[in-house]
Amino acid sequence: MKKKKRLTLTQKRSLTGLTFILPWLIGFIIFYLRSLIMTVDFSFSTIEVNPQAGGYNQTFAGWENFRYAFQVHGTFKQVLTTSIGDILIDVPLIIFFSLFMALVLNRKFRGRTLVRAIFFLPVIMNSEAITAALDYSRQQLMGGLTAASAEVMEGSGGMSLDYYIDMFGSLGMPDMILEYIVGAIGRLTDIISASGVQIIIFIAALQAIAPSMYEVAKIEGATGYETFWKVTFPMVLPHIITNLVYTVVINFAESEIVTLSYSTIFSENNYGLGSAFALISTLIVCLILVIVVGFIQKRTFYYN
Amino acid sequence: MNLSRYKAEYAEYKATGQLNNSIKKWSTNGKNLLFGIFRLVIIVGISYVILSPLIGIVSSSFFSEEDVYNPMVYLLPTAPTLERYTKAILRLDYWNIMKNTLLYTVSLTLIQLVVTSMVGYGFARFDFPFKKLLFGCVVIMIVIPTHTVMLPLYMSFATFDPFGILSHFGVETNLLSSPVPMYILTLFGCGLRSGLYIYIFNQFFRGLPKEIEEAAFVDGAGPWRTYLRVMLPNAVPSIITVTVFSLVWQYNDTFYGKLFLISDDILISKSILSLQDNITNLDKILDPSISQLYVYAGIVMLILPLVIMYVLLQRHFIEGVERSGIVG
Repeated sequence: MKKKKRLTLTQKRSLTGLTFILPWLIGFIIFYLRSLIMTVDFSFSTIEVNPQAGGYNQTFAGWENFRYAFQVHGTFKQVLTTSIGDILIDVPLIIFFSLFMALVLNRKFRGRTLVRAIFFLPVIMNSEAITAALDYSRQQLMGGLTAASAEVMEGSGGMSLDYYIDMFGSLGMPDMILEYIVGAIGRLTDIISASGVQIIIFIAALQAIAPSMYEVAKIEGATGYETFWKVTFPMVLPHIITNLVYTVVINFAESEIVTLSYSTIFSENNYGLGSAFALISTLIVCLILVIVVGFIQKRTFYYN
Repeated sequence: MNLSRYKAEYAEYKATGQLNNSIKKWSTNGKNLLFGIFRLVIIVGISYVILSPLIGIVSSSFFSEEDVYNPMVYLLPTAPTLERYTKAILRLDYWNIMKNTLLYTVSLTLIQLVVTSMVGYGFARFDFPFKKLLFGCVVIMIVIPTHTVMLPLYMSFATFDPFGILSHFGVETNLLSSPVPMYILTLFGCGLRSGLYIYIFNQFFRGLPKEIEEAAFVDGAGPWRTYLRVMLPNAVPSIITVTVFSLVWQYNDTFYGKLFLISDDILISKSILSLQDNITNLDKILDPSISQLYVYAGIVMLILPLVIMYVLLQRHFIEGVERSGIVG
């Protein structure tokens, strides 16, 4: 009989732990890590696809794809800057809006469940398929025939922005701020429909704050304003990071640059260039995330 | 005469401090009232922004032709008709595709639940070498968008051959244009936003008291039994959260459907795109302002299952998020 090698209790525990995460570990290595390395590899190569055989020839090309992307390609730079710019504008607005809404919805009032259900609706309806189908039918209309139903669809944006722009412009408001606010109002629908999950996360965070903290603040004589900045805000800050990462990732996944790299790869069969697009945009977004999260994390107080 | 009496009463009233109290009371009441009005205005306004496109779609889907051409008709059709729905259902092959979609979505969600809760538990309760590094990999999975790895994923399923095992036996496999790649990915914890679910479960299990497991261990339960019988029943809030998110996202997903060329017969979110063309070409409804009404009806039918699911799970869901791991 073979003598079994005895494991210590800790070794046994760690082995069980590994079996628990094993499916993910295998998947991560086969599908994710390998793919990530392959993407980097592709972006440094020229790839000739032969559709008949289904295979491809890969030759090392150095920085050629990156040079092409920045110096030759017609739309890449423009799409990249608009996508990143959109993320930089939208994300703070979404975070502020959802925090604000969470504060409003956190108190008890009649019909709270109904209101929360309504606020989650955009998450359900925020399907690319629905947007695409609606866009397509709007294209078919081409604005020539104005049917009643088309007016209904656009009814929510029926406010004349130009009037307000002129008014605030003549009041001497700085153009930069004015443009940002005008942009924000123009995007209001998008921002509201993108904030469903974030509002829920913030509500959950607010519920998790111990009531005793507010009692102490009250006894010490803090005003509502002070209570918000000294108690509520610091306690919510870690969740701002969570929401920030989530929002940036979701916004990025839906941005134009993803569409561009998708079409470069699958329509033009230019695997190398498309991979380079994907890699560049991912690196930039990760850089932004690291900077912003690092900036907030320094100022975050962790209760535990 | 009267005036002096009032003055005296007022002085007494003021002296006893009742005045201050009632002023305070009135001002706090006023503040609450103001806040209530403010909140009402905001909530009604934003609910309008959210609901108005939906209301527009639902009401237009009942319009008959004369309603469309009548400029007086707004939201309420004069001659409501169900014709849009019957034709949309027919051209979408609704019942058949919906059955397939639901089967696909629900089965993937179940796999997600099993796999991600297991991995989350493994990370939460066991110590093993490189644990921090591996958990960092989970975070990387959340942060790095799927489109960075889409091409290699596409290629590895076009000729599916992990470690050359299959080609060793002379089997050539192309798994594209079937839902199999999605099942494989999900089974190995790399499905649609699996990283996020692992994170949620991990946070939740870490928050549970260790004593429960110790009690189970003392009673002679192994780790798998403890996980199945003790930990999972306690993780209901997380399970509901992940279930709702996974159902909604999987149902609405078009990215993986497009990437793996999954057929329109399985994904209703893909077949809705060709609905208007089908209506135009097969039913010879050439006026786009009429044919788009069928798209509206199709969209209503598309979101209906999700709305029903959400209404049923809604109360548990929001409580679930509050108690589950998203908030550490």
